[in-house]
Amino acid sequence: MNNSEIILSVRELTKRFGTFTAVDRISFEVRRGEIFGFLGANGAGKTTAMRMLCGLSYPTAGFGTVAGYDIATQGEAIKRRIGYMSQRFSLYDDLTVMENIRLFGGIYGLSRREILRRAAELLRRLGFRGEARTRVGALPLGWKQKLAFAVATLHRPEVVFLDEPTGGVDPVTRRQFWELIYEAAAGGTTIFVTTHYMDEAEYCSRVSIMVDGRIRAIGTPAELKRQFAAESVDELFRSLARGAKRSE
Amino acid sequence: MMTDVAIRVEGLVKRYGRVTALEGISFEVRRGELFGLIGPDGAGKTTLFRLLATLLEPDAGRAEVDGCDIVRDYRTIRARVGYMPGRFSLYADLSVEENLAFFAALFGVGVRDNYDLIAPIYRQIEPFRRRRAGKLSGGMKQKLALCCALVHRPAVLLLDEPTTGVDPVSRCEFWEMLARLRDEGISILVATPYMDEARRCDRVALCDRGRLLAVDTPRGIVETFDCPLYALSGGDMYGLLKAARAETGVETCYPFGAEHHLTVGPEFDPGNFRRRLADAGFGDVDLHRVEPGIEDLFMKRMRHE
Repeated sequence: MNNSEIILSVRELTKRFGTFTAVDRISFEVRRGEIFGFLGANGAGKTTAMRMLCGLSYPTAGFGTVAGYDIATQGEAIKRRIGYMSQRFSLYDDLTVMENIRLFGGIYGLSRREILRRAAELLRRLGFRGEARTRVGALPLGWKQKLAFAVATLHRPEVVFLDEPTGGVDPVTRRQFWELIYEAAAGGTTIFVTTHYMDEAEYCSRVSIMVDGRIRAIGTPAELKRQFAAESVDELFRSLARGAKRSE
Repeated sequence: MMTDVAIRVEGLVKRYGRVTALEGISFEVRRGELFGLIGPDGAGKTTLFRLLATLLEPDAGRAEVDGCDIVRDYRTIRARVGYMPGRFSLYADLSVEENLAFFAALFGVGVRDNYDLIAPIYRQIEPFRRRRAGKLSGGMKQKLALCCALVHRPAVLLLDEPTTGVDPVSRCEFWEMLARLRDEGISILVATPYMDEARRCDRVALCDRGRLLAVDTPRGIVETFDCPLYALSGGDMYGLLKAARAETGVETCYPFGAEHHLTVGPEFDPGNFRRRLADAGFGDVDLHRVEPGIEDLFMKRMRHE
């Protein structure tokens, strides 16, 4: 595995809605196996940028590739090679654990036999073997989030996009969730994550901070703290985001 | 009748079928206090708010808000509390100013009657007063909801997770607004899943799975942390996490931002610990004692049950 390989790259990526420039010429690269923290205040343009990277929205200008495919023209190829999980939507509450796994495995084009094999492995790893027939809605939130992450990586995607995956989760489960992230990254999966918990920003290999549609800072947490003479990423975030012209 | 207690909760129990949302909790919010209810999803925070707002009845126990019983005096309570639910609860098809006028009318007051109270918040959304509430951004919706909850100058403000999903800067501004309202004499019960917001409160209750883990001032709470706490850092943080957990005397090791926090037992020997990590190939390891925070205490209490 080549750890310096660029798995995600954007150049001057821009998205305008009418006269409003949501994402304003952003450029950065993410290497395979990195945990990349994509930070920004509400309304900074994070979600819009992430939608373009997932092949869900076309850029107005600029260029980007994810897993070697062009985000403007090869959105379908990208969707097959990425995983996505958000706090709000990830699994169907009315389906059982096993039904969710089968549904998402099917959507990602895995064969029936492969789904069953990976499901058994996933349930064993999470210690969920007794829960295969439990309705997801009846699981505690922390379990649900761990299951959602496992399902989002069921098809062994090259990049996983996590949109505020730990909101509202208790502090122990939140840390267990980050250990799943570390483990996946150590196995070569690239993690692209947004969060409002600034302690979690410190767990990332590198972070970027978006303000008013632009990337104002990018680097490892240690580099950024040195560069901006801040004690923590939290302090740095506050000082950059306070200068924002647009709050959402 | 004025008492010095704004909210009194005694042995409150609420069940939904087989699920017990509140397992008999008791605490008091004093008049003029900014009181935080801090806990993750599933702690029972929303159930408690719905009980205090007289939208649910308890299965056991009792509670008073502003001296009134939540079951017997529900009508009186509704006139005296401002309640901001966790979910957006305004009328999406009404404009900003229509929503405010509507809530004022419900409470039998005019928008101008208590305008001094809401003005500092309302001024921030006034440029959008003709915009439909459904078209507002999250931060603006939250400010409008707070104005609507204040329009009748309530004695007690009940805020269910007003800062969830809100970025750190906006959260900070929201807490500044709450401190100002507290200084105006309004008693505030506010729920949050963010542990770091505890320090913004006069007193807090830590809650988890329908129970209270602790009730005290933020400082008083961390003072009950009764074992040594160490911070560990180095180059390979994930490797260190796993290695530290296997060492003698380490009870727990969890990531805390740029460091890992370790709780240790009496047999822990820092010198030996450093040597063993160095022998295992961790070169630049730093280990030092740290003061615990609210989150350290919360995690410790969760485990010890």
